Amino acid sequence: MNKIPNRKVVNDTLMKYAKNNSDIVVLTSDSRGSAMLGPFASAYPDQFIETGIAEQSIVGVSAGLASVGKIPFVASPACFLSMRSVEQIKVDVAYSNTNVKLIGISGGVSYGALGMSHHSVQDIAVMRAIPNMTVILPADRFETEKMVEALLDRTGPTYVRIGRNPVEDVYESTDFDYTIGKANELHSGNDITIIACGETVKIALDTALELKTEKNISVRVLNMHTLKPLDEAAIIKAAKETGHIITLEEHSIYGGLGGAVSEVTAKNHPVPVTVIGIPDETVITGTSKEVFNYYGISIKNLKSTILKNIKIK
Amino acid sequence: MEIRKLEKKANKIRKDIIKLIYHAKTGHTGGSLSSTDIMTALYYHVMKIDATNHEDPNRDRFVLSKGHSVEALWCILADKGFFPKEDLQTYSNFGSKLIGHPNNKVNGVEMNTGSLGHGLSVSNGMALAAKMDQKQFRVFTLMGDGEQAEGSLWEGAIFAAHYKLDNLVGIIDRNRLQISGSTEDVMGLDPLNEKWKSFGWSVVEINGNDMESLVKTFDECSTTKSKPTLIIANTTKGKGISFIENQTQWHHKVPTDSEYEQALAELEAGEEEINE
Repeated sequence: MNKIPNRKVVNDTLMKYAKNNSDIVVLTSDSRGSAMLGPFASAYPDQFIETGIAEQSIVGVSAGLASVGKIPFVASPACFLSMRSVEQIKVDVAYSNTNVKLIGISGGVSYGALGMSHHSVQDIAVMRAIPNMTVILPADRFETEKMVEALLDRTGPTYVRIGRNPVEDVYESTDFDYTIGKANELHSGNDITIIACGETVKIALDTALELKTEKNISVRVLNMHTLKPLDEAAIIKAAKETGHIITLEEHSIYGGLGGAVSEVTAKNHPVPVTVIGIPDETVITGTSKEVFNYYGISIKNLKSTILKNIKIK
Repeated sequence: MEIRKLEKKANKIRKDIIKLIYHAKTGHTGGSLSSTDIMTALYYHVMKIDATNHEDPNRDRFVLSKGHSVEALWCILADKGFFPKEDLQTYSNFGSKLIGHPNNKVNGVEMNTGSLGHGLSVSNGMALAAKMDQKQFRVFTLMGDGEQAEGSLWEGAIFAAHYKLDNLVGIIDRNRLQISGSTEDVMGLDPLNEKWKSFGWSVVEINGNDMESLVKTFDECSTTKSKPTLIIANTTKGKGISFIENQTQWHHKVPTDSEYEQALAELEAGEEEINE
Protein backbone atom coordinates (compact mmCIF):
# COMPACT_ATOMS: atom_id res chain seq x y z
CA MET A 1 0.00 0.00 0.00
CA ASN A 2 1.44 3.33 -1.08
CA LYS A 3 2.11 5.78 1.78
CA ILE A 4 3.19 8.79 -0.28
CA PRO A 5 0.49 11.41 -0.89
CA ASN A 6 0.45 13.28 -4.19
CA ARG A 7 1.06 16.50 -2.23
CA LYS A 8 4.50 15.26 -1.26
CA VAL A 9 5.29 14.36 -4.86
CA VAL A 10 4.48 17.93 -5.92
CA ASN A 11 6.91 19.22 -3.30
CA ASP A 12 9.65 16.76 -4.23
CA THR A 13 9.35 17.29 -7.97
CA LEU A 14 9.34 21.07 -7.65
CA MET A 15 12.40 20.89 -5.40
CA LYS A 16 14.20 18.87 -8.02
CA TYR A 17 13.66 21.48 -10.73
CA ALA A 18 13.76 24.64 -8.60
CA LYS A 19 17.43 24.02 -7.96
CA ASN A 20 18.36 24.93 -11.52
CA ASN A 21 15.50 27.28 -12.30
CA SER A 22 15.20 30.26 -10.00
CA ASP A 23 12.05 31.41 -11.82
CA ILE A 24 10.07 28.57 -10.22
CA VAL A 25 8.26 30.05 -7.23
CA VAL A 26 5.84 28.41 -4.82
CA LEU A 27 3.09 30.31 -3.03
CA THR A 28 0.98 29.16 -0.11
CA SER A 29 -1.88 30.73 1.83
CA ASP A 30 -0.83 29.59 5.32
CA SER A 31 -0.95 26.14 3.73
CA ARG A 32 2.70 25.10 3.52
CA GLY A 33 2.11 22.37 6.10
CA SER A 34 -1.09 21.02 4.61
CA ALA A 35 0.50 21.19 1.15
CA MET A 36 3.61 19.37 2.49
CA LEU A 37 5.70 22.20 1.06
CA GLY A 38 7.75 22.76 4.21
CA PRO A 39 10.86 21.15 2.68
CA PHE A 40 10.61 23.39 -0.40
CA ALA A 41 10.17 26.46 1.79
CA SER A 42 13.26 25.55 3.83
CA ALA A 43 15.44 24.65 0.87
CA TYR A 44 14.44 27.57 -1.37
CA PRO A 45 13.31 30.43 0.88
CA ASP A 46 13.97 32.94 -1.91
CA GLN A 47 11.57 31.06 -4.20
CA PHE A 48 8.84 30.65 -1.61
CA ILE A 49 6.12 33.24 -0.93
CA GLU A 50 3.62 33.18 1.90
CA THR A 51 0.49 35.29 1.35
CA GLY A 52 -1.39 34.51 4.54
CA ILE A 53 -4.99 33.32 4.40
CA ALA A 54 -5.90 35.43 1.38
CA GLU A 55 -6.87 33.45 -1.69
CA GLN A 56 -7.73 36.46 -3.83
CA SER A 57 -4.34 37.96 -3.06
CA ILE A 58 -2.44 34.74 -3.76
CA VAL A 59 -3.91 34.39 -7.24
CA GLY A 60 -3.49 38.07 -8.13
CA VAL A 61 0.10 38.10 -6.87
CA SER A 62 0.84 34.97 -8.89
CA ALA A 63 -0.51 36.57 -12.06
CA GLY A 64 1.72 39.60 -11.45
CA LEU A 65 4.74 37.37 -10.84
CA ALA A 66 4.03 35.41 -14.01
CA SER A 67 3.71 38.60 -16.06
CA VAL A 68 7.33 39.37 -15.13
CA GLY A 69 8.52 35.87 -16.11
CA LYS A 70 8.21 33.88 -12.90
CA ILE A 71 6.65 30.40 -12.94
CA PRO A 72 4.30 30.44 -9.95
CA PHE A 73 2.84 27.29 -8.42
CA VAL A 74 0.03 28.14 -5.98
CA ALA A 75 -0.74 25.46 -3.41
CA SER A 76 -3.89 26.15 -1.46
CA PRO A 77 -6.88 24.03 -0.39
CA ALA A 78 -8.94 23.28 -3.51
CA CYS A 79 -12.18 24.29 -1.80
CA PHE A 80 -10.96 27.86 -1.21
CA LEU A 81 -8.70 28.25 -4.23
CA SER A 82 -11.40 27.23 -6.71
CA MET A 83 -14.19 29.28 -5.14
CA ARG A 84 -12.94 32.26 -3.14
CA SER A 85 -10.57 33.35 -5.88
CA VAL A 86 -12.55 32.25 -8.92
CA GLU A 87 -12.78 35.79 -10.29
CA GLN A 88 -9.03 36.31 -9.97
CA ILE A 89 -8.61 33.00 -11.80
CA LYS A 90 -11.00 34.14 -14.53
CA VAL A 91 -9.56 37.63 -15.02
CA ASP A 92 -5.96 37.71 -13.75
CA VAL A 93 -5.01 34.20 -14.85
CA ALA A 94 -7.20 32.90 -17.68
CA TYR A 95 -8.25 36.12 -19.40
CA SER A 96 -4.90 37.83 -18.91
CA ASN A 97 -3.24 34.57 -20.01
CA THR A 98 -0.65 34.42 -17.25
CA ASN A 99 1.47 31.32 -16.67
CA VAL A 100 0.04 30.43 -13.27
CA LYS A 101 -0.23 26.84 -12.02
CA LEU A 102 -2.96 26.50 -9.42
CA ILE A 103 -2.63 23.36 -7.30
CA GLY A 104 -5.81 22.72 -5.35
CA ILE A 105 -4.78 20.47 -2.48
CA SER A 106 -6.94 18.24 -0.28
CA GLY A 107 -9.56 18.34 -3.00
CA GLY A 108 -12.89 16.58 -3.42
CA VAL A 109 -14.07 15.11 -0.13
CA SER A 110 -10.52 14.67 1.26
CA TYR A 111 -11.38 16.74 4.31
CA GLY A 112 -14.16 14.26 5.10
CA ALA A 113 -15.93 15.20 8.31
CA LEU A 114 -14.95 18.88 8.12
CA GLY A 115 -18.07 19.43 6.06
CA MET A 116 -19.24 21.16 2.92
CA SER A 117 -17.18 24.34 3.46
CA HIS A 118 -14.06 22.19 3.03
CA HIS A 119 -15.24 19.97 0.19
CA SER A 120 -14.52 20.88 -3.41
CA VAL A 121 -16.88 18.93 -5.61
CA GLN A 122 -17.81 21.78 -7.94
CA ASP A 123 -14.30 22.83 -8.95
CA ILE A 124 -14.12 20.93 -12.25
CA ALA A 125 -17.44 22.43 -13.34
CA VAL A 126 -16.27 25.93 -12.50
CA MET A 127 -12.76 25.68 -13.92
CA ARG A 128 -13.63 24.00 -17.17
CA ALA A 129 -16.20 26.68 -17.97
CA ILE A 130 -13.46 29.33 -18.00
CA PRO A 131 -11.84 29.82 -21.44
CA ASN A 132 -8.08 29.23 -21.59
CA MET A 133 -7.93 27.04 -18.46
CA THR A 134 -6.32 23.61 -18.46
CA VAL A 135 -7.80 21.31 -15.81
CA ILE A 136 -5.98 18.21 -14.53
CA LEU A 137 -6.63 15.56 -11.87
CA PRO A 138 -3.72 13.10 -11.59
CA ALA A 139 -4.51 9.49 -10.68
CA ASP A 140 -1.54 8.57 -8.48
CA ARG A 141 1.91 9.60 -7.30
CA PHE A 142 3.68 8.56 -10.50
CA GLU A 143 1.28 10.49 -12.68
CA THR A 144 1.58 13.49 -10.35
CA GLU A 145 5.33 13.55 -10.90
CA LYS A 146 4.97 13.36 -14.66
CA MET A 147 2.27 16.03 -14.56
CA VAL A 148 4.47 18.51 -12.66
CA GLU A 149 7.24 17.93 -15.19
CA ALA A 150 4.79 18.43 -18.06
CA LEU A 151 3.52 21.66 -16.46
CA LEU A 152 7.08 22.97 -16.31
CA ASP A 153 7.46 22.26 -20.02
CA ARG A 154 4.48 24.33 -21.10
CA THR A 155 3.10 27.77 -20.39
CA GLY A 156 -0.50 28.66 -19.69
CA PRO A 157 -3.14 28.88 -16.99
CA THR A 158 -3.73 25.55 -15.25
CA TYR A 159 -5.83 24.22 -12.40
CA VAL A 160 -4.82 20.94 -10.81
CA ARG A 161 -6.69 19.10 -8.10
CA ILE A 162 -5.02 16.56 -5.83
CA GLY A 163 -6.28 14.83 -2.70
CA ARG A 164 -5.01 14.79 0.86
CA ASN A 165 -4.36 11.13 1.50
CA PRO A 166 -2.05 8.67 -0.26
CA VAL A 167 -3.70 7.03 -3.26
CA GLU A 168 -3.03 3.41 -4.15
CA ASP A 169 -0.75 3.16 -7.14
CA VAL A 170 -2.34 2.95 -10.56
CA TYR A 171 1.00 2.79 -12.34
CA GLU A 172 4.06 0.79 -11.35
CA SER A 173 6.55 3.54 -12.12
CA THR A 174 6.90 6.74 -14.14
CA ASP A 175 7.71 4.66 -17.19
CA PHE A 176 4.60 5.42 -19.26
CA ASP A 177 3.54 7.97 -21.86
CA TYR A 178 1.91 11.04 -20.43
CA THR A 179 0.60 13.91 -22.50
CA ILE A 180 -1.62 16.65 -21.13
CA GLY A 181 -4.92 16.42 -23.02
CA LYS A 182 -4.55 12.75 -23.98
CA ALA A 183 -6.38 10.03 -22.04
CA ASN A 184 -4.52 6.86 -21.06
CA GLU A 185 -6.21 3.53 -21.72
CA LEU A 186 -5.37 1.44 -18.65
CA HIS A 187 -7.39 -1.65 -19.50
CA SER A 188 -8.63 -2.72 -22.90
CA GLY A 189 -12.12 -4.00 -23.52
CA ASN A 190 -15.15 -3.64 -25.75
CA ASP A 191 -18.07 -4.60 -23.51
CA ILE A 192 -18.37 -1.25 -21.78
CA THR A 193 -16.14 1.73 -20.88
CA ILE A 194 -15.41 3.35 -17.56
CA ILE A 195 -13.93 6.84 -17.77
CA ALA A 196 -12.45 8.04 -14.50
CA CYS A 197 -10.21 10.84 -13.22
CA GLY A 198 -8.13 11.51 -10.15
CA GLU A 199 -8.53 9.19 -7.19
CA THR A 200 -11.37 7.22 -8.79
CA VAL A 201 -9.12 5.80 -11.52
CA LYS A 202 -7.82 3.06 -9.22
CA ILE A 203 -11.38 1.98 -8.42
CA ALA A 204 -12.23 1.79 -12.14
CA LEU A 205 -9.11 -0.23 -12.92
CA ASP A 206 -9.64 -2.71 -10.08
CA THR A 207 -13.24 -3.19 -11.19
CA ALA A 208 -12.12 -4.03 -14.73
CA LEU A 209 -9.51 -6.49 -13.48
CA GLU A 210 -12.01 -8.27 -11.22
CA LEU A 211 -14.74 -8.49 -13.85
CA LYS A 212 -12.27 -9.95 -16.32
CA THR A 213 -11.26 -12.67 -13.89
CA GLU A 214 -14.66 -13.35 -12.40
CA LYS A 215 -17.01 -13.00 -15.39
CA ASN A 216 -14.77 -12.66 -18.43
CA ILE A 217 -16.32 -9.25 -19.08
CA SER A 218 -13.87 -6.91 -20.79
CA VAL A 219 -14.16 -3.36 -19.54
CA ARG A 220 -12.25 -0.52 -21.18
CA VAL A 221 -10.81 1.91 -18.64
CA LEU A 222 -9.79 5.41 -19.64
CA ASN A 223 -7.83 7.58 -17.26
CA MET A 224 -9.10 11.03 -18.24
CA HIS A 225 -6.46 12.91 -16.24
CA THR A 226 -7.01 16.06 -18.27
CA LEU A 227 -10.56 17.38 -18.03
CA LYS A 228 -9.69 20.27 -20.29
CA PRO A 229 -8.62 20.17 -23.06
CA LEU A 230 -10.63 16.97 -23.22
CA ASP A 231 -9.52 13.96 -25.28
CA GLU A 232 -12.67 13.88 -27.38
CA ALA A 233 -11.26 11.31 -29.80
CA ALA A 234 -10.84 8.73 -27.02
CA ILE A 235 -14.41 9.34 -25.84
CA ILE A 236 -15.92 9.04 -29.33
CA LYS A 237 -13.90 5.88 -29.98
CA ALA A 238 -15.12 4.35 -26.71
CA ALA A 239 -18.71 5.27 -27.53
CA LYS A 240 -18.49 3.67 -30.96
CA GLU A 241 -16.66 0.54 -29.85
CA THR A 242 -18.27 -0.20 -26.48
CA GLY A 243 -21.72 1.39 -26.77
CA HIS A 244 -22.04 2.50 -23.13
CA ILE A 245 -19.89 4.74 -20.95
CA ILE A 246 -19.80 4.97 -17.19
CA THR A 247 -18.11 8.03 -15.73
CA LEU A 248 -16.68 7.95 -12.23
CA GLU A 249 -15.58 11.06 -10.39
CA GLU A 250 -15.08 12.66 -6.98
CA HIS A 251 -17.20 15.60 -8.04
CA SER A 252 -20.79 16.70 -8.36
CA ILE A 253 -22.71 14.78 -10.99
CA TYR A 254 -23.34 18.18 -12.54
CA GLY A 255 -20.74 19.76 -14.79
CA GLY A 256 -17.77 17.52 -14.10
CA LEU A 257 -16.34 14.53 -15.95
CA GLY A 258 -19.83 13.08 -16.54
CA GLY A 259 -21.04 16.33 -17.99
CA ALA A 260 -17.96 16.72 -20.16
CA VAL A 261 -18.20 13.19 -21.55
CA SER A 262 -21.95 13.55 -22.18
CA GLU A 263 -21.39 16.77 -24.13
CA VAL A 264 -19.03 14.90 -26.44
CA THR A 265 -21.17 11.78 -26.94
CA ALA A 266 -24.39 13.76 -27.42
CA LYS A 267 -22.81 15.72 -30.23
CA ASN A 268 -20.75 12.99 -31.91
CA HIS A 269 -22.07 9.53 -31.14
CA PRO A 270 -24.97 9.33 -28.68
CA VAL A 271 -24.75 6.35 -26.34
CA PRO A 272 -26.00 5.84 -22.78
CA VAL A 273 -23.75 7.57 -20.26
CA THR A 274 -24.10 6.59 -16.60
CA VAL A 275 -22.73 9.35 -14.39
CA ILE A 276 -21.47 8.26 -10.97
CA GLY A 277 -20.31 10.94 -8.56
CA ILE A 278 -21.52 13.09 -5.68
CA PRO A 279 -25.26 13.81 -5.94
CA ASP A 280 -26.72 17.30 -5.65
CA GLU A 281 -26.82 17.41 -1.86
CA THR A 282 -24.71 18.29 1.16
CA VAL A 283 -22.15 15.51 1.40
CA ILE A 284 -22.74 13.01 4.20
CA THR A 285 -20.23 13.05 7.08
CA GLY A 286 -17.45 10.49 6.86
CA THR A 287 -13.98 9.65 5.67
CA SER A 288 -13.25 9.80 1.94
CA LYS A 289 -13.66 6.05 1.68
CA GLU A 290 -16.95 6.03 3.60
CA VAL A 291 -18.27 8.86 1.46
CA PHE A 292 -17.15 7.12 -1.75
CA ASN A 293 -18.87 3.89 -0.72
CA TYR A 294 -22.05 5.67 0.33
CA TYR A 295 -22.42 7.36 -3.05
CA GLY A 296 -21.44 4.31 -5.07
CA ILE A 297 -17.94 5.41 -6.05
CA SER A 298 -16.92 1.83 -5.37
CA ILE A 299 -15.98 -1.43 -7.03
CA LYS A 300 -19.21 -2.97 -5.71
CA ASN A 301 -21.48 -0.37 -7.30
CA LEU A 302 -19.50 -0.30 -10.54
CA LYS A 303 -19.79 -4.05 -10.86
CA SER A 304 -23.54 -4.11 -10.30
CA THR A 305 -24.01 -1.16 -12.68
CA ILE A 306 -22.00 -2.93 -15.36
CA LEU A 307 -23.74 -6.29 -14.90
CA LYS A 308 -27.13 -4.60 -15.14
CA ASN A 309 -26.19 -2.74 -18.32
CA ILE A 310 -24.36 -5.59 -20.02
CA LYS A 311 -27.58 -7.63 -19.72
CA ILE A 312 -29.61 -4.89 -21.42
CA LYS A 313 -27.17 -4.95 -24.33
CA MET B 1 8.77 67.35 -19.68
CA GLU B 2 8.18 70.71 -18.11
CA ILE B 3 4.97 71.35 -16.21
CA ARG B 4 3.32 73.60 -18.83
CA LYS B 5 3.93 71.04 -21.54
CA LEU B 6 2.48 68.28 -19.37
CA GLU B 7 -0.59 70.40 -18.70
CA LYS B 8 -1.02 70.96 -22.41
CA LYS B 9 -0.62 67.26 -23.04
CA ALA B 10 -3.29 66.47 -20.44
CA ASN B 11 -5.59 68.95 -22.11
CA LYS B 12 -5.01 67.30 -25.48
CA ILE B 13 -5.71 63.85 -23.97
CA ARG B 14 -8.97 65.20 -22.54
CA LYS B 15 -10.01 66.32 -26.03
CA ASP B 16 -9.12 62.88 -27.38
CA ILE B 17 -11.19 61.23 -24.64
CA ILE B 18 -14.25 63.33 -25.43
CA LYS B 19 -13.87 62.60 -29.15
CA LEU B 20 -13.45 58.89 -28.47
CA ILE B 21 -16.53 58.66 -26.28
CA TYR B 22 -18.64 60.87 -28.52
CA HIS B 23 -17.88 58.84 -31.65
CA ALA B 24 -18.19 55.43 -29.98
CA LYS B 25 -21.31 56.54 -28.09
CA THR B 26 -20.03 54.77 -24.98
CA GLY B 27 -17.49 55.34 -22.26
CA HIS B 28 -16.76 56.29 -18.67
CA THR B 29 -16.45 60.03 -19.13
CA GLY B 30 -16.19 61.32 -15.56
CA GLY B 31 -13.55 58.93 -14.25
CA SER B 32 -11.39 59.14 -17.36
CA LEU B 33 -11.29 62.92 -17.07
CA SER B 34 -10.52 62.87 -13.34
CA SER B 35 -7.63 60.42 -13.97
CA THR B 36 -6.16 62.24 -16.97
CA ASP B 37 -3.64 64.40 -15.10
CA ILE B 38 -2.41 61.44 -13.02
CA MET B 39 -1.91 59.25 -16.07
CA THR B 40 -0.34 62.06 -18.09
CA ALA B 41 2.20 62.70 -15.35
CA LEU B 42 3.03 58.98 -15.24
CA TYR B 43 3.25 58.35 -18.98
CA TYR B 44 4.97 61.57 -20.06
CA HIS B 45 7.22 62.27 -17.08
CA VAL B 46 7.57 59.51 -14.50
CA MET B 47 7.57 56.07 -16.06
CA LYS B 48 10.43 54.55 -18.01
CA ILE B 49 8.56 53.02 -20.93
CA ASP B 50 9.14 52.99 -24.65
CA ALA B 51 6.55 52.13 -27.28
CA THR B 52 9.25 50.84 -29.60
CA ASN B 53 10.50 48.43 -26.91
CA HIS B 54 7.27 47.72 -25.08
CA GLU B 55 8.42 44.31 -23.78
CA ASP B 56 11.60 45.65 -22.20
CA PRO B 57 11.93 43.56 -19.00
CA ASN B 58 13.15 46.62 -17.12
CA ARG B 59 10.22 48.87 -18.07
CA ASP B 60 8.11 50.47 -15.37
CA ARG B 61 4.67 48.88 -15.03
CA PHE B 62 1.28 50.58 -14.92
CA VAL B 63 -1.87 48.74 -13.88
CA LEU B 64 -5.22 50.46 -14.30
CA SER B 65 -7.09 48.88 -11.43
CA LYS B 66 -10.03 51.22 -12.11
CA GLY B 67 -10.21 49.64 -15.54
CA HIS B 68 -13.30 51.57 -16.60
CA SER B 69 -11.16 54.69 -17.05
CA VAL B 70 -9.73 52.94 -20.09
CA GLU B 71 -10.57 55.80 -22.47
CA ALA B 72 -7.77 57.83 -20.90
CA LEU B 73 -5.41 54.87 -21.28
CA TRP B 74 -6.30 54.20 -24.93
CA CYS B 75 -5.82 57.86 -25.84
CA ILE B 76 -2.45 58.01 -24.10
CA LEU B 77 -1.16 54.73 -25.54
CA ALA B 78 -2.18 55.84 -29.05
CA ASP B 79 -0.57 59.23 -28.55
CA LYS B 80 2.64 57.55 -27.40
CA GLY B 81 2.68 55.24 -30.41
CA PHE B 82 1.86 51.89 -28.80
CA PHE B 83 -0.66 51.40 -31.60
CA PRO B 84 -1.76 53.47 -34.61
CA LYS B 85 -3.97 56.45 -33.76
CA GLU B 86 -6.48 55.32 -36.41
CA ASP B 87 -7.22 52.26 -34.26
CA LEU B 88 -8.97 54.56 -31.80
CA GLN B 89 -11.80 54.76 -34.33
CA THR B 90 -12.52 51.06 -33.68
CA TYR B 91 -13.02 51.61 -29.95
CA SER B 92 -15.89 49.38 -28.71
CA ASN B 93 -16.70 48.29 -32.26
CA PHE B 94 -17.43 44.68 -33.18
CA GLY B 95 -14.23 42.63 -33.01
CA SER B 96 -12.00 45.51 -31.83
CA LYS B 97 -9.09 44.92 -29.45
CA LEU B 98 -9.90 48.30 -27.93
CA ILE B 99 -12.66 47.29 -25.55
CA GLY B 100 -14.22 49.07 -22.62
CA HIS B 101 -11.56 47.89 -20.18
CA PRO B 102 -7.80 47.29 -20.50
CA ASN B 103 -6.92 44.36 -22.76
CA ASN B 104 -3.37 42.99 -22.80
CA LYS B 105 -3.67 41.95 -26.41
CA VAL B 106 -2.89 45.64 -27.00
CA ASN B 107 0.76 46.67 -26.70
CA GLY B 108 1.39 48.64 -23.54
CA VAL B 109 -1.32 46.99 -21.42
CA GLU B 110 0.22 44.88 -18.67
CA MET B 111 -2.82 43.14 -17.29
CA ASN B 112 -6.52 42.80 -18.00
CA THR B 113 -8.69 44.55 -15.47
CA GLY B 114 -12.30 45.62 -15.26
CA SER B 115 -13.46 43.87 -12.16
CA LEU B 116 -12.50 46.15 -9.29
CA GLY B 117 -10.12 45.20 -6.50
CA HIS B 118 -7.75 43.15 -8.68
CA GLY B 119 -5.07 45.63 -9.72
CA LEU B 120 -3.24 45.98 -6.43
CA SER B 121 -2.55 42.27 -5.97
CA VAL B 122 -1.26 41.78 -9.52
CA SER B 123 0.91 44.87 -9.01
CA ASN B 124 2.21 43.31 -5.80
CA GLY B 125 3.31 40.29 -7.81
CA MET B 126 5.13 42.50 -10.33
CA ALA B 127 6.82 44.54 -7.61
CA LEU B 128 7.82 41.41 -5.70
CA ALA B 129 9.26 39.85 -8.88
CA ALA B 130 11.37 42.99 -9.37
CA LYS B 131 12.71 42.62 -5.82
CA MET B 132 13.44 38.92 -6.32
CA ASP B 133 15.41 39.62 -9.50
CA GLN B 134 17.06 42.85 -8.25
CA LYS B 135 15.43 44.78 -11.06
CA GLN B 136 14.99 48.51 -10.70
CA PHE B 137 11.60 49.04 -12.29
CA ARG B 138 8.71 50.67 -10.41
CA VAL B 139 5.06 49.61 -10.42
CA PHE B 140 2.17 52.08 -10.44
CA THR B 141 -1.44 51.13 -9.75
CA LEU B 142 -4.32 53.52 -10.24
CA MET B 143 -7.35 52.69 -8.13
CA GLY B 144 -10.75 54.27 -7.82
CA ASP B 145 -12.22 55.54 -4.60
CA GLY B 146 -15.45 53.55 -4.97
CA GLU B 147 -13.16 50.57 -5.48
CA GLN B 148 -11.88 50.95 -1.92
CA ALA B 149 -14.93 48.98 -0.73
CA GLU B 150 -13.53 45.80 -2.32
CA GLY B 151 -12.14 43.41 0.31
CA SER B 152 -9.55 41.96 -2.07
CA LEU B 153 -7.93 45.38 -2.27
CA TRP B 154 -7.17 45.25 1.46
CA GLU B 155 -5.64 41.80 1.09
CA GLY B 156 -3.29 43.53 -1.35
CA ALA B 157 -2.68 46.40 1.08
CA ILE B 158 -1.42 44.12 3.86
CA PHE B 159 0.69 42.11 1.41
CA ALA B 160 2.53 45.13 -0.03
CA ALA B 161 3.39 46.41 3.45
CA HIS B 162 4.45 42.96 4.67
CA TYR B 163 6.87 42.57 1.78
CA LYS B 164 8.05 46.20 2.06
CA LEU B 165 7.34 46.89 -1.61
CA ASP B 166 8.88 50.36 -1.81
CA ASN B 167 9.01 50.01 -5.60
CA LEU B 168 5.21 50.10 -5.64
CA VAL B 169 3.06 53.24 -5.79
CA GLY B 170 -0.69 53.03 -5.35
CA ILE B 171 -2.73 56.03 -6.43
CA ILE B 172 -6.36 56.61 -5.53
CA ASP B 173 -8.31 58.82 -7.91
CA ARG B 174 -10.26 60.40 -5.06
CA ASN B 175 -13.03 62.13 -7.00
CA ARG B 176 -15.60 61.34 -4.31
CA LEU B 177 -18.26 60.10 -6.73
CA GLN B 178 -19.21 56.63 -7.82
CA ILE B 179 -21.99 55.36 -10.05
CA SER B 180 -24.74 55.71 -7.43
CA GLY B 181 -23.59 59.01 -5.94
CA SER B 182 -21.22 60.32 -3.28
CA THR B 183 -18.71 57.73 -2.06
CA GLU B 184 -19.42 58.80 1.49
CA ASP B 185 -23.14 58.11 1.02
CA VAL B 186 -22.69 54.79 -0.77
CA MET B 187 -20.05 53.36 1.58
CA GLY B 188 -18.12 55.78 3.74
CA LEU B 189 -14.35 55.75 3.25
CA ASP B 190 -13.05 58.65 5.34
CA PRO B 191 -10.56 58.86 6.90
CA LEU B 192 -9.00 57.03 3.95
CA ASN B 193 -5.63 58.45 4.77
CA GLU B 194 -5.62 56.89 8.25
CA LYS B 195 -6.77 53.54 6.93
CA TRP B 196 -3.81 53.21 4.55
CA LYS B 197 -1.35 54.54 7.14
CA SER B 198 -2.53 51.92 9.62
CA PHE B 199 -1.92 49.25 6.98
CA GLY B 200 1.76 50.27 6.91
CA TRP B 201 1.89 52.48 3.82
CA SER B 202 3.58 55.84 3.38
CA VAL B 203 0.63 58.08 2.56
CA VAL B 204 0.71 61.39 0.68
CA GLU B 205 -2.39 63.46 -0.05
CA ILE B 206 -2.30 65.90 -2.96
CA ASN B 207 -4.40 67.74 -5.50
CA GLY B 208 -4.58 65.09 -8.20
CA ASN B 209 -5.45 67.59 -10.91
CA ASP B 210 -2.40 69.73 -10.20
CA MET B 211 0.45 68.68 -12.48
CA GLU B 212 3.17 70.24 -10.38
CA SER B 213 2.06 68.36 -7.24
CA LEU B 214 1.77 65.10 -9.16
CA VAL B 215 5.23 65.33 -10.69
CA LYS B 216 6.83 66.37 -7.41
CA THR B 217 5.12 63.60 -5.45
CA PHE B 218 5.94 60.85 -7.95
CA ASP B 219 9.57 61.96 -8.04
CA GLU B 220 9.92 62.25 -4.28
CA CYS B 221 8.29 58.95 -3.36
CA SER B 222 10.89 57.04 -5.39
CA THR B 223 13.27 57.51 -2.45
CA THR B 224 10.88 56.12 0.18
CA LYS B 225 12.40 52.96 1.61
CA SER B 226 10.82 49.82 3.10
CA LYS B 227 7.24 50.97 2.59
CA PRO B 228 4.89 51.12 -0.37
CA THR B 229 3.58 54.60 -1.18
CA LEU B 230 -0.09 55.49 -1.43
CA ILE B 231 -1.03 58.77 -3.08
CA ILE B 232 -4.51 60.03 -2.36
CA ALA B 233 -5.03 62.18 -5.43
CA ASN B 234 -7.96 64.46 -4.69
CA THR B 235 -9.55 65.10 -8.06
CA THR B 236 -12.68 66.46 -9.67
CA LYS B 237 -14.73 63.91 -11.52
CA GLY B 238 -15.20 65.14 -15.08
CA LYS B 239 -12.33 67.63 -14.65
CA GLY B 240 -11.94 70.24 -17.38
CA ILE B 241 -15.52 70.47 -18.63
CA SER B 242 -17.84 72.62 -16.55
CA PHE B 243 -21.12 70.77 -17.03
CA ILE B 244 -19.52 67.35 -16.52
CA GLU B 245 -17.59 68.23 -13.37
CA ASN B 246 -18.96 66.69 -10.17
CA GLN B 247 -22.08 65.33 -11.85
CA THR B 248 -22.92 61.75 -10.84
CA GLN B 249 -24.74 60.99 -14.10
CA TRP B 250 -21.55 61.65 -16.07
CA HIS B 251 -20.03 58.44 -14.67
CA HIS B 252 -20.79 56.92 -18.03
CA LYS B 253 -22.90 59.44 -19.90
CA VAL B 254 -22.15 60.18 -23.54
CA PRO B 255 -22.20 63.82 -24.77
CA THR B 256 -24.91 64.95 -27.16
CA ASP B 257 -23.92 66.89 -30.30
CA SER B 258 -24.22 70.25 -28.58
CA GLU B 259 -22.54 69.02 -25.40
CA TYR B 260 -19.72 67.68 -27.53
CA GLU B 261 -19.20 71.07 -29.20
CA GLN B 262 -19.29 72.85 -25.88
CA ALA B 263 -16.89 70.39 -24.26
CA LEU B 264 -14.33 70.84 -27.03
CA ALA B 265 -14.75 74.62 -26.89
CA GLU B 266 -14.09 74.61 -23.16
CA LEU B 267 -10.98 72.47 -23.59
CA GLU B 268 -9.72 74.81 -26.36
CA ALA B 269 -10.18 77.73 -24.00
CA GLY B 270 -8.39 75.72 -21.31
CA GLU B 271 -5.43 75.31 -23.60
CA GLU B 272 -5.21 79.03 -24.21
CA GLU B 273 -5.18 79.60 -20.48
CA ILE B 274 -2.21 77.22 -20.14
CA ASN B 275 -0.38 79.17 -22.87
CA GLU B 276 -0.82 82.39 -20.94
